[in-house]
Amino acid sequence: MIRKVRNHLNPEEGLVFEISSPGKKAYQLPDLDVPAVDPAQALGPANVRREIEHFPEISEVETIRHFTRLSAQNYAIDFGCYPLGSCTMKYNPRVNELVARTEGLAWAHPYQPEALAQGCLEVIDVLERYLCEVTGMDAVSLQPAAGAHGEWTGIMLVRALHESRGNPRKKILVPDSAHGTNPATAAMCGYDVESIKSNDRGLIDLEAVARAANEDVAAMMITNPNTLGIFEENIDKAAAILHEKGAMVYMDGANMNALVGISRPGDFGVDVMHLNLHKTFSTPHGGGGPGAGPVAVRSHLEPFLPIPRVKRNGAALAFDYDRPQSIGKVRAFYGNFGVLVRALAYTLAHGGPGLRNATMDAILNANYVRTRLQDYYDMPYDSPSMHECVFSDDRQSAKGVKTGDIAKRLIDYGFHPYTVSFPLIVHGALMIEPTETEPKQELDLLADALIDIAREIDDDPNLVKTAPHGTRVSRVDEVTAARKPILRWRP
Amino acid sequence: MYPDNYRYTKDHEWVTVEGDTATAGITHHAQEQLGDIVFVDLPKVGDSCTQGKTMGSVESVKAVSDIYSPVSGEVIAVNDSLSSSPEVLNADPHGTGWLVKIRVSNAVELDGLMTAAAYQEYLGGSH
Repeated sequence: MIRKVRNHLNPEEGLVFEISSPGKKAYQLPDLDVPAVDPAQALGPANVRREIEHFPEISEVETIRHFTRLSAQNYAIDFGCYPLGSCTMKYNPRVNELVARTEGLAWAHPYQPEALAQGCLEVIDVLERYLCEVTGMDAVSLQPAAGAHGEWTGIMLVRALHESRGNPRKKILVPDSAHGTNPATAAMCGYDVESIKSNDRGLIDLEAVARAANEDVAAMMITNPNTLGIFEENIDKAAAILHEKGAMVYMDGANMNALVGISRPGDFGVDVMHLNLHKTFSTPHGGGGPGAGPVAVRSHLEPFLPIPRVKRNGAALAFDYDRPQSIGKVRAFYGNFGVLVRALAYTLAHGGPGLRNATMDAILNANYVRTRLQDYYDMPYDSPSMHECVFSDDRQSAKGVKTGDIAKRLIDYGFHPYTVSFPLIVHGALMIEPTETEPKQELDLLADALIDIAREIDDDPNLVKTAPHGTRVSRVDEVTAARKPILRWRP
Repeated sequence: MYPDNYRYTKDHEWVTVEGDTATAGITHHAQEQLGDIVFVDLPKVGDSCTQGKTMGSVESVKAVSDIYSPVSGEVIAVNDSLSSSPEVLNADPHGTGWLVKIRVSNAVELDGLMTAAAYQEYLGGSH
C-alpha cells in the first residue's frame, strides 16, 4: 500500500518557449537617468545583436508559475528520503543558508583587498584546520569544486611529488569496486590503470596488492568504506605494502560520512584524500552543484598544494602565492566560497561530539534498513555495513524483475530511487544509503515500500516491470534516449 | 551459442582468424551482462593493438566497459555500422556485431586463448 504523499500531481507543462507570446515582459526598468550609450559604439558593432532569436517572452506571473510547477515535478531531499547510495543525500540544515547569507560573506568580492577580507580569509583558515582535525591530515586545500575535481587535484599532487623525486611513475592501482571516477582521474593525470580484484568478502586483497606493488606504481586509490559500504579493515597493511615501494595511498573520501569523528584516514596510512563537502558536510547537492571537493594531504605533499594558500602574517591573514613547487591554481579564486561557509556553519553547529553522533546515526540507519530488508533481498557480501548497504536483485531477477524496475516502482511509493547497478562487482545491485537525517518513521516507510515491492514481484511482476505508474511521465525509453538523443528543442 | 572455430578471452572477447586476419568482438555473455548497448568506441584503422590491452570501450545504459584486444597486430578494419546502430552488438554479437579486423603479428598468442568448450566452462564457474 502506498502511504506516502507523492508529488508529480502536476498537469502537462509546456516548455518556456512554447508559452511565449510576442511583446510580453517580466520586468519594468526605471527611466534612464544617465546619458544613453550606443552599445555599438561602446563595444564595437560585431558584439551587438539586434534581437535574440526565439528568446521566450512571458510575464512575471507566468515565469514564476512555470518554474514553480516545474520544481514540483522534481524530487528533492525536502520532499522525503533520498536513499541514493554513495551520494550521502542528507538534509541541508537551514542554519547553513542563514550563515551563508550574512552580508559580509555573501557580498564579498574576490578582488577585495586582504585587509577588508579578513573574515572570509578566517572562514578558509578555520575550515582548513577543522578538516585537518577530522581527517588526521596535515594540510587542506579548499579549491577543488567537486569530488572528481578533488581526485584529479590529489593525483596531480602525487605526480608532482614523484616528479620532484625524478620519476613520475607509470600507473595507478584501483580496486574493482571503485567509483568510476577513480580510473578516469588516473587516466586524466596520464597514468595507466591497473584493476585489483576484491576478495570474497568484498575487501582489498592484500596479496593482490603485494603482487601489483612495484616502483612503477604512483599510487593506489582506495575508497573507505568501500562502495559495498564495508570498512577496509586492512587499509593500514595495504598502505604499508605500497609505502615500501614508494607509492602513495589516495583515499576517495566520498564515504567519509561513515568515519567522521570515529576514524581518521591520516591515522591509517593515507597520504592524500578528498572530501565531498556537499555529501559529508551537508551543503546542497545535486542539480549540478556547486559543490566542493577539498583535498587533504600529509606534510610530504603539502609543498605541491594549489596556490594561493592562506597564511598568518602577524595578526592578519594573507594569501601566499610564493610557493614554487605548487601545481598552480585548479579553480578561479578560492573555490566555491559560499559552499565553504555552509560547511563551516555545519561543523560549528555540530561541534566534535555532534559530528561523531551524526556518523553513528548514519551507520545505525543503514543497518536498520539492512536488517529490515535482508529477508526479502539477497546480500552478496555480508560483512558488517557502515553507512550504506548493498543488496542484489538475484531473487527478483528470477522472476524477470531487475534492480532498475524495483527502483522505478519505488518512485510510485514516493521515494527517490536508490543507486542502481553499482558497484559493478555486485550483479544487479541495489545500493541504499539513508543517511543520519532520516527519522525512524521515514526509514520504516522506505523499508515497507521495498518489502511491498518484493511481494508485488511475487504476485504480479508485471506491475513492477512497467512502473512507474503514478508519475506525470511514465517509464521513459532510456535506450533510445541514449542511442538517438534529441539535444535541441526546435519550434 | 559459442562458435567452435572462435577463441575466447577471460575478459569476454572472441576472435577468429583466417590467414593472417583476425576478426574480433565481444561475446554473447558480455553483451548480456552489459544490457542495452548505446555507444561503441573503436580504434582507428592503422592503430596497433596489444593482446590484453585496451583497444576501445562499450557503453550500455548501466556502465562503460573497456574492450581488450584478444590478439596483437594492426587494425585493418573497424565495424563503422556500430556507431549508428549499436543495438546490433546486442542482437548478433558473434556475427554482424563484430568490432575490428586485425592483421595478426604473433599467431602464437591464439594458443593462450580458450576454446568454446573451455569458455563455457569458465562462464559456468565464475562470472
